[in-house]
Amino acid sequence: MTREYEKSFLLKLYRQLLTVRGFEEQVLRLYEKTLIPGIAHVSIGQEAVPVGVCAALNIDDYITSTHRGHGHCLAKGAEVSRMFAELFGKVDGYCQGKGGSMHIANQKSGNLGANGIVGGGISIATGAALSAKLQKNNRVSVSFFGDGALNQGILSESMNMASIWNLPIIFACENNQYGEYTPMRQVTAGTVKMRGEAYSIPSVTVDGMNVLAVYEATSSAVELARKGEGPSFLVFSTYRYYGHGMGDRNRSYRTREEESEWREKRDPIDNFKQHLLTIEDIAESDCGEIQGEVAQEIEKGIEFAQQAAYPNPEAVKDHVYAK
Amino acid sequence: MSTQNNTREITIIQAINEAICEEMQRDEKVILIGEDVANAQGVFKVTDGVLNKFGPERILDTPISEAGITGVGVGMAMTGLRPIVEIMFCDFLTLTMDALVNQAAKTHYMSGGNYQVPLVIRTLMGAGKRAAAQHSQSLQAWVAHVPGLKVMLPSTPYDAKGMLKTAIRDNNPVIFFEDKMNYQIKGFVPEPEEEYTIPFGKADLKREGDDITLVATSSMVLVALDAAEKLGEEGVSAEVIDLRSLTPIDEEMLVESAMKTSRCIVIDEGYQSFGVTAEVASVINEKAFYHLDSPVQRMGAMDVPVPFSPVLEDQTIPDVEGVVRVTKQLLDN
Repeated sequence: MTREYEKSFLLKLYRQLLTVRGFEEQVLRLYEKTLIPGIAHVSIGQEAVPVGVCAALNIDDYITSTHRGHGHCLAKGAEVSRMFAELFGKVDGYCQGKGGSMHIANQKSGNLGANGIVGGGISIATGAALSAKLQKNNRVSVSFFGDGALNQGILSESMNMASIWNLPIIFACENNQYGEYTPMRQVTAGTVKMRGEAYSIPSVTVDGMNVLAVYEATSSAVELARKGEGPSFLVFSTYRYYGHGMGDRNRSYRTREEESEWREKRDPIDNFKQHLLTIEDIAESDCGEIQGEVAQEIEKGIEFAQQAAYPNPEAVKDHVYAK
Repeated sequence: MSTQNNTREITIIQAINEAICEEMQRDEKVILIGEDVANAQGVFKVTDGVLNKFGPERILDTPISEAGITGVGVGMAMTGLRPIVEIMFCDFLTLTMDALVNQAAKTHYMSGGNYQVPLVIRTLMGAGKRAAAQHSQSLQAWVAHVPGLKVMLPSTPYDAKGMLKTAIRDNNPVIFFEDKMNYQIKGFVPEPEEEYTIPFGKADLKREGDDITLVATSSMVLVALDAAEKLGEEGVSAEVIDLRSLTPIDEEMLVESAMKTSRCIVIDEGYQSFGVTAEVASVINEKAFYHLDSPVQRMGAMDVPVPFSPVLEDQTIPDVEGVVRVTKQLLDN
């Protein structure tokens, strides 16, 4: 880390990391209590990627997210309360209860939507980038996807188009080492970043557990995109502490030792806090204050969601077609 | 439809070209992308002159990546543009299904109205060109099945122009099927300065009759009209309805006509099983059952992959003789 940062910026990152983790921990708890219906995929362990990437973006830049997308939505500007409301299936949620965990979209913060299809957002983000280029509005588009999406053909098609048209897009791969229940290496040939290089896209592998490394890599990619120099491919190495979904409890496809290696030594929040305290000279009390505020925000968000109304049953037929 | 001001005779290809150009002129957000659409001007020359008129930022040649370009269309539509994506043959719609079915169709709903997807997919349907099994299908039932998509199939130059303009101005994903065998068919349209559009869900009563209703789509409308002409010579009065759009569907006209004539045949070039003809027959059965003198008959494409050899292919498409024969069977019962 050679760059210097404003204290307020660093604390904003810290706040967002805590917000994503705190949100996800409550999702786990509320799901256990059956207050959140259906399916949800938490991103605990991966927080540095959404927070670091979105810190390099403007509010009107575009993102597409994934089934493990709560962190992307929050880091791109979604409110905790309306996020919870959506997960509860309430009318005050971002999608009026029609999308749920896997489909949160928010036009106000450039979030084109999370996606239940692995790789489903990649070509949409590419279209948004083409749109930005044609409309000359200087926006950048980021497509988040996991290592699972590396093996979807749509990634190849999208990278090719992004490269030939020189589009302002960042392909942001969150390599959390597992595609659902299967180790990434078992199903993924070759060197990941070479997939971008094959299309003449500048490609780098980044420590996805280090929020500043993520931010810096993304900032460089954003700069290229805004200068009209086209797409980038960022491969973030990260780790999913919990299972694929709520039903994946035993995680028999990996060892507890491997898990604790990442959790104990590479945790993105612990390590960033250490960095703040030791390198950036930020006081423990500053961090503590933020922890308290985040906890309160999350508590209030859950309360908001619990008190919010369910959609009117008649709303089931609204929004099938736009007017 | 009013014909008094229709002064020019043009082909369906020209009608579609005019609709594209007029809408691109009217709204700079309209962008056309597809394989071979710009420099080559389309494999059937539908986009003749568009590149010259509007330049390479309004019409883009794409790689042969149907899934990708359809997804790109969705992304463009969600971010302020009104893309038209050409999928060269509807057989290739199979490659676009995630973008259409899981993304385009559901985005407005899943987002609680947050986003709209004003996207038009123009694609080509129809057998008869000896193009064999992967370039001859009529897969409109595939997309008509999905809530959130709208489906249009014009049969005349007048309709093609007015319907495509409606599709481009609509804020929803629309799949627009053009029949390759109909492209050179001529018909009268108004002068370019006379603006008109044709709304969704409005079928066209092509010919009035009392004895039987022939409901048809796209090129099958011509088959139905020819059959009605022949039947007329034999004293049978056939009513012909051109559905024009599948979703939304003009239930009112279908039911009213069925109640009047009490007999119906539904003709569509998609495979007969689980197809458009079955859906339309069900609508009529549910709403007009007690007015019917015989079961509604379906006439779709034969349930075989479209064969190459002319002697084989020609059997698979509903034809005039077939419609006349089935009509007579119904009337004899």
